[in-house]
Amino acid sequence: MSSAAHSSHETSPDLLLELAGITKKFGPLIANDAIDLKVHKGEIVALLGENGAGKTTLMNILFGHYVADEGQVTVANRDGGISALEPGAPQAALDAGIGMVHQHFTLAENLSGLDNIVLGTEPIFRLKRDRTKARAKLDQLMSGSGLNVDLDQPVHKLTVGEKQRVEILKALYRDARLLVLDEPTAVLTPQEADSLFATLRQLAATGLSVIIIAHKLAEVLAVSHRIAVLRGGKKVGEMQTSDADHRSIAEMMVGREVPASRRTERAPGAPVLHLSGVTIDRGDDRRSLHGVSLTAHEGEILGIAGVSGNGQAALAQLIAGLSKPDHGSVEIFGDVITRFDAHTFAQNGIARIPEDRHHDGMVGSMTVAENIAIEDVRSKEYQKFGFLDFAAIRKRAEHAIKDYDVRCPGPDAQARLLSGGNIQKLILARVLEKSPKLILANQPSRGLDVGAQSEVHRRLLEARENGAAVILISEDLDELLTISDQICVIHAGHVSSAIATAAIDRSELGLMMAGQSKIDAQHAATIPTADQGETR
Amino acid sequence: MEIVDILLAASFWEAAIRIATPLIFGVLGALVCERAGVLNLGIEGIFTAGAMAGWMAVWLGAGLWGGVLVAALAGGFFGLIHAILTVPLGLSQHVSGIGVTLLATSLSYFTYRTALPDVSSPPRITPFQPLDIPFLSDLPFIGQALFSQTAMTMLALVLVLVTGWVLYRTPLGLAIRAVGDNPSSVEAQGLSVYGLRIGAVVVGSSMMALGGAFLTMSAFDAFFFGMINGRGWVCIALTVFASWRPGKALIGALLFGAFDAFQVRLQTEVGAFLPSQVFLMMPYILSIIALIVVARKADYPKALLVPWFKGQR
Amino acid sequence: MIRFEPRSNPGPIFVYGVPVFAAIIAILLAAIPLALAGAPILKAYGLMITGAFGSIFSTSEMLTRATPLILTGLAAAIAFRAKLWNIGAEGQLYMGAMAAVVVGSGVIDGPSWVMIPAVMIAGAIAGALMLIGPTLLKTRLGVDEVVTTLLLNFIVLLFVQMMLEGPLKDPMSMGWPQSEPIIDSAILPPLLERMRVHLGLIIALVSAAALAVFVKRTVWGFEIRAVGENAAAAKFSGISVTKTMILVAALSGGLAGLAGVSEVAGTRGYLATDLSPGYGYAGIVVAMLARLSPVGVIISALFVASVFVGADSMSRAIGVSSYLADLIVAMSLLCVLIGGFLTRFKVRFDRKKTAG
Repeated sequence: MSSAAHSSHETSPDLLLELAGITKKFGPLIANDAIDLKVHKGEIVALLGENGAGKTTLMNILFGHYVADEGQVTVANRDGGISALEPGAPQAALDAGIGMVHQHFTLAENLSGLDNIVLGTEPIFRLKRDRTKARAKLDQLMSGSGLNVDLDQPVHKLTVGEKQRVEILKALYRDARLLVLDEPTAVLTPQEADSLFATLRQLAATGLSVIIIAHKLAEVLAVSHRIAVLRGGKKVGEMQTSDADHRSIAEMMVGREVPASRRTERAPGAPVLHLSGVTIDRGDDRRSLHGVSLTAHEGEILGIAGVSGNGQAALAQLIAGLSKPDHGSVEIFGDVITRFDAHTFAQNGIARIPEDRHHDGMVGSMTVAENIAIEDVRSKEYQKFGFLDFAAIRKRAEHAIKDYDVRCPGPDAQARLLSGGNIQKLILARVLEKSPKLILANQPSRGLDVGAQSEVHRRLLEARENGAAVILISEDLDELLTISDQICVIHAGHVSSAIATAAIDRSELGLMMAGQSKIDAQHAATIPTADQGETR
Repeated sequence: MEIVDILLAASFWEAAIRIATPLIFGVLGALVCERAGVLNLGIEGIFTAGAMAGWMAVWLGAGLWGGVLVAALAGGFFGLIHAILTVPLGLSQHVSGIGVTLLATSLSYFTYRTALPDVSSPPRITPFQPLDIPFLSDLPFIGQALFSQTAMTMLALVLVLVTGWVLYRTPLGLAIRAVGDNPSSVEAQGLSVYGLRIGAVVVGSSMMALGGAFLTMSAFDAFFFGMINGRGWVCIALTVFASWRPGKALIGALLFGAFDAFQVRLQTEVGAFLPSQVFLMMPYILSIIALIVVARKADYPKALLVPWFKGQR
Repeated sequence: MIRFEPRSNPGPIFVYGVPVFAAIIAILLAAIPLALAGAPILKAYGLMITGAFGSIFSTSEMLTRATPLILTGLAAAIAFRAKLWNIGAEGQLYMGAMAAVVVGSGVIDGPSWVMIPAVMIAGAIAGALMLIGPTLLKTRLGVDEVVTTLLLNFIVLLFVQMMLEGPLKDPMSMGWPQSEPIIDSAILPPLLERMRVHLGLIIALVSAAALAVFVKRTVWGFEIRAVGENAAAAKFSGISVTKTMILVAALSGGLAGLAGVSEVAGTRGYLATDLSPGYGYAGIVVAMLARLSPVGVIISALFVASVFVGADSMSRAIGVSSYLADLIVAMSLLCVLIGGFLTRFKVRFDRKKTAG
């Protein structure tokens, strides 16, 4: 961080940013309810809350993506005065020295890192570009902060961690005084997260203020100076991190006791799904699998851990019947599968919960009932001579809505009107109703609030009790460690052998996720049930 | 005549470049729009509007360059309609583009018919004349093939360089390439997504209109109904073929022009054996083949066709 | 500052009112070119109305015009529903017409109840094949169907021309490039004596009703809707996007082909290259005005046909270019697009620029 940017307001009061009485409504939903927040110079503030607590909305107001209905944002000027920030203007926020790193990166993938960083910082109608100054400044920033990236690579060739560094450099290059990071660790391995935190601490020491949006307590305790807790759009608590008490914060965040999902020990049964030596080559490690072998057993949840973009999508597509292997075989109950087809898979007792429930999980303009029946409309139950039996479709939906507590105006409501949690319940109702033998759950609880999350876990554990094999692909280690019986790690298209959850060492898991520790036979030897599915 | 003789004749290349010129304008215009993330199927109508408006201006007494300016303005006007419908309003780029084509075409025809209600043979203007550049135009081969084209062909070639320079060498081009890949990247850096996209569509449409103007003010000297005859759609195909690069656009248009000039010459040789329609079909078939050839590896701008709304995350 | 807010549940006023409103605005906007052309505006509107509805004859002409528009409108509606951007209805129409001529101009003969279905089936198959090609290119190779179907329009027209100057040429036509006439038993009979409106209208209406039922109530219609609204989710749930697209292509191309059959065997009696004044393209407007609803297509086709017939007759009477009709049709497309936007979004004008 360039100290020059801060020398001008060295003498100004310590306060950098103040949000006062911020209120934002989306229709009947109050996303932010009279929220106050102060950030001082050189301070790392954690904004903690569950999904849907209003954290991201608040930061989007700060950054000018949304306009608040009430309240205002004031920023200390570089010269020491205090002025209101123009609402709804990202440019004003940038000018005031606010930089934001969004959860979904805002990078143009076809451009280099350098291009992305200087974009918008030069007068747009200049006839030439001069990059020497920019390069010098960035070299200095990189060496000062340890945020090293090859700036000449097109962004699509960078890893997720590198992209995040480009995002942070983007802000620092603009002499940001306040850096807002939205769920920065969601895409990182534990080790990468630690190194990010070290960098942030270092930057804060030079005077940069940081707001971290997070929903994981342990992380914010490690890095922040102060913690503000949001729940249901309201600020429900604020304290110095040093005074923070684990349990009370957890309660503040959730607001009610949520029964933790507990796994009961259970001996796994026969293998249900067995992959051996499966290779899918898409010319890119993020979308490929290399010689993957694994086995999922009856009554067992097999977790697949890994940093996003390491081949999870390819694995999920394969098990969902959407792609077929180039090499290797897939067996279900000992039968080698030759027909890879989503319809056949769904009809043969494979429940598939898609990663992106809005994109792949539902047709928004169709009704709730139609969405519940979508996998089965060709079956005799729901059609006669090609004509749909709407009564049967509706009846099923009524049952599903009741059994799975899908909150909606009724079976005929458009599915797009449902909240994320209820869409997930709709999908669970669609696929679990049929007592599946194998369940593919790809990020089933991502983005859900605590209640909906625990509902998803309860349903998966219930299916496990009933003898289903569950493959749980998740980037959330806590989730994996809570409900999986065994865990495999996926990295760059390679899948490790399975390790019993009880025998797992968290930090080693992190190294494996980063590809720094090869998974090997020694672990597998300790786990008798995993030996059918060895990597070679 | 041997095939080699055809290909080596300066007159052949002169024809090829002449046929390529309107396509160069059209492909450049289309790629500017598409680089910013907007497919502009108004192109066929914008060609028509440029052809009619430019010709009409000259016919009414404006100078030739005045006509070129009027054509560009007409193109920009229809581009603005398309831009407003597809950028801030985020409506279907396909349907809006077809709508603009229908509007621009019918408005051009209506205007022409209203201004000239009962002409049986279309009135003529004095079009751009072949350049006579001292020394250059007298060079063997290239003097005839290139330097005896009209000023509008030279303008097209200059535009290739300018478009390439702007896209790859200036901050504006950087922003346009970024907004066609991920509009959020542009917004996060404080630039206006709408401003960039609308600007690109308006400017790109002006360039398309010049392609039409070339036809009535340089290649021919009059306006006919149906004279665009699918040239606009050919440009859309060539844009994909050129993988959205100005240099490749030039090469694509020249290849196309050469092929077209070649088939015209071939027609005089073997025309007796094949119906003329077979030759007339060639440009369209060639465009489809060009699309098929590049389809697998075509690297479409990622945000093409995807509307973006302010405040959208 | 102007902001757009999504409307959660647009009422029936929007759903049904917007297209009507768009059509009215487009007609009112026509006053501008009329005024610039120096025509008496009110008189022109009056002439347009009487031109389309003033007598049984003019209404029959209007319905004759509406017949191919309903069919090409349905072709566009079903394709756009599935997000298959078929802009090639014009070419499919000509292929359908040509197939009808091949089958119906004397090669085989039989009673009407054989010949009429025969030309219809031939035309529908020809039209369907014309769209299945580009659809396969789209699903297999990722070739944009918009450009291929557009370019095919030109190729087909040249092909038809070639056939009319060659194998299909009518030896009795005194040099005009036109086909031999359709034999009497394959002609779609007129519905009213001494009027041109013919059986094709009934075929078009039945097609619209059948398509409406098909889309709403059958498994295949369900799959088409799912693929059109969210192809990724449809694919994930096990619906074959490729098969659905080919089905849609067959339906859409087939309907456009039927439009050609109706024109050649109902209105014209023989094939020439001026068979369609752009019915394929106008079908897109018809479909959009109908908001892709098959039943709505009937109403919007009647509107577009009235504009064409009315403007033609007005133009003959007061000498304003009949391209005015195309202009109104194009403007109504753009108006209904904007109307569609206003259905989905509320427009809010924020007075205050900065808070505090």
